[in-house]
Amino acid sequence: MILFWILSILLIATAVWTITASKPVYSVVGLLAHFVALAVLYLSLSAEFLAVMQIIVYSGAILVLFVFVIALLSSGVAPFSVGPNRLPKALVPVMGIVIIAFGMLIYAVSRTSMPAPTGQTLGPVGSAGVFGSVADFGRALFTTQLLPFEVTAFILMVAVIGVVLLAGDAMESSGSAAQAKQVHREMREAILREGDR
Amino acid sequence: MQAFVATLNAAPIWLIVLIKSAVLLLVVVTTFAYAMLFERKILGWMQLRPGPNRVGPWGLLQPAADAAKLILKEDLTPKTADPLIYRLAPFISLLTAFSVYAVIPFGQSSSGVWAIGNVNAGILLILAITSMGVYGISLGGWASGSKYPLLGSLRSTAQMISYELAMSLSFVGVLMLAGTTSLGGIVHAQERLWFIVPQFLGFIIYVITAVAETNRAPFDLVEAETELVAGFHTEYSGLRFGLFFIAEYVNMLTVACVATLLFFGGWNALFGLVMVPGVIWFLLKVGAFLFFYMWLRATLPRFRYDRLMAFGWKILLPFATANLIVTAIIVAFRG
Repeated sequence: MILFWILSILLIATAVWTITASKPVYSVVGLLAHFVALAVLYLSLSAEFLAVMQIIVYSGAILVLFVFVIALLSSGVAPFSVGPNRLPKALVPVMGIVIIAFGMLIYAVSRTSMPAPTGQTLGPVGSAGVFGSVADFGRALFTTQLLPFEVTAFILMVAVIGVVLLAGDAMESSGSAAQAKQVHREMREAILREGDR
Repeated sequence: MQAFVATLNAAPIWLIVLIKSAVLLLVVVTTFAYAMLFERKILGWMQLRPGPNRVGPWGLLQPAADAAKLILKEDLTPKTADPLIYRLAPFISLLTAFSVYAVIPFGQSSSGVWAIGNVNAGILLILAITSMGVYGISLGGWASGSKYPLLGSLRSTAQMISYELAMSLSFVGVLMLAGTTSLGGIVHAQERLWFIVPQFLGFIIYVITAVAETNRAPFDLVEAETELVAGFHTEYSGLRFGLFFIAEYVNMLTVACVATLLFFGGWNALFGLVMVPGVIWFLLKVGAFLFFYMWLRATLPRFRYDRLMAFGWKILLPFATANLIVTAIIVAFRG
């Protein structure tokens, strides 16, 4: 219980830091801390596989790309804090909406009766047959949840192809393809002159 | 002794974990110090020179001298650096390097495996934690605010993303043969035959990708002296550089431990010599792998950057996938 409160405060604090940070890299570091705290929260809820995947996929792969892009683009760029500070104006309406939504959520949660945990969920985290373990998760993913799993994978692939199509189209229309080809050929020749093998 | 064991069993779990962690931390740091000396000695012998031999007999006190030097050096922060991230980065590297040891088992007794936490998804957790190690390097290089570190950190990020994929795939073959993700279970499954035999291709892929993941020669483009001064840690000095240095060696040790657990049968005895304790076997195998690591550095020249990328994506990844498919088919047919 103490762990839950510490993690919750940490999660909210890092989330706020992520959106209010003055530099993009600070936002990424905030998000990183947020993801790690979230993984620990999952672990405390005995969702072992989800916790590990949270770190491998989000922290280990996606955020690394964020850091890569930010490091590539923003080195030496002034922080975001230049320009008018719009936070005070937006604060009041946003807080109002948040409080109303939160109140509705609490009302809804307090009205529903939670199903009592079955005997199967109890036991040491991660052992087979206990809720959230790697073995159970895998079995569910490839039997009862196979169709949603494959459909999700397909949708993600469509998105990736769409990105390639859009980016490829932009490259063609800017008319720099021939120029890029020329640069590439010159580089190739320079390498060959220097002795490739 | 009986009373001692009884007190230990009665102790709360957090105290036991704390004691185990402190002991393990001491062991890992000492191993790091002597791995460094070991490497310098081996490189020296391979290049027909004696290596460090001035501090203490055979240079055995060299690590202490190095540590004193690093602590006493001035800690510089460049004016262009981002102070917060610049200070944070070495700690991220060190933290991720050490926290892997929370789940690595070193031996087995009748009461269970010798590890701080015997986690069921052990191998996945190792993958997760080591994948975070890249932040120390990429953020440190970015925060230094000068061009060589930035180039080094960009290279490192690209390299680690490319090679991590093939590394994870090389794990999956072992996982399928063992049928479990717990490290103790994987070692147990190798009692009759080490997985290096059925998973030889997987082992080769693991070694190559692991050397690339730890940014060691011949994949040390991240800190290529001839092009990038010292790569991502060019601006770091004193103890902050020392932290990066410790993290690199501890990561090497992690790779050796994981290779031992997944491919060399962990603490299973060789030639049926079961009277030798499992921990000794484990340490011997780790030591042999570390020697191989240093041998690589003394032998191979550095990769060229574009070749490194092409090698990762066009050769390692297809081979890792093919290995996975073949292993899956064999496991499926054998039931």
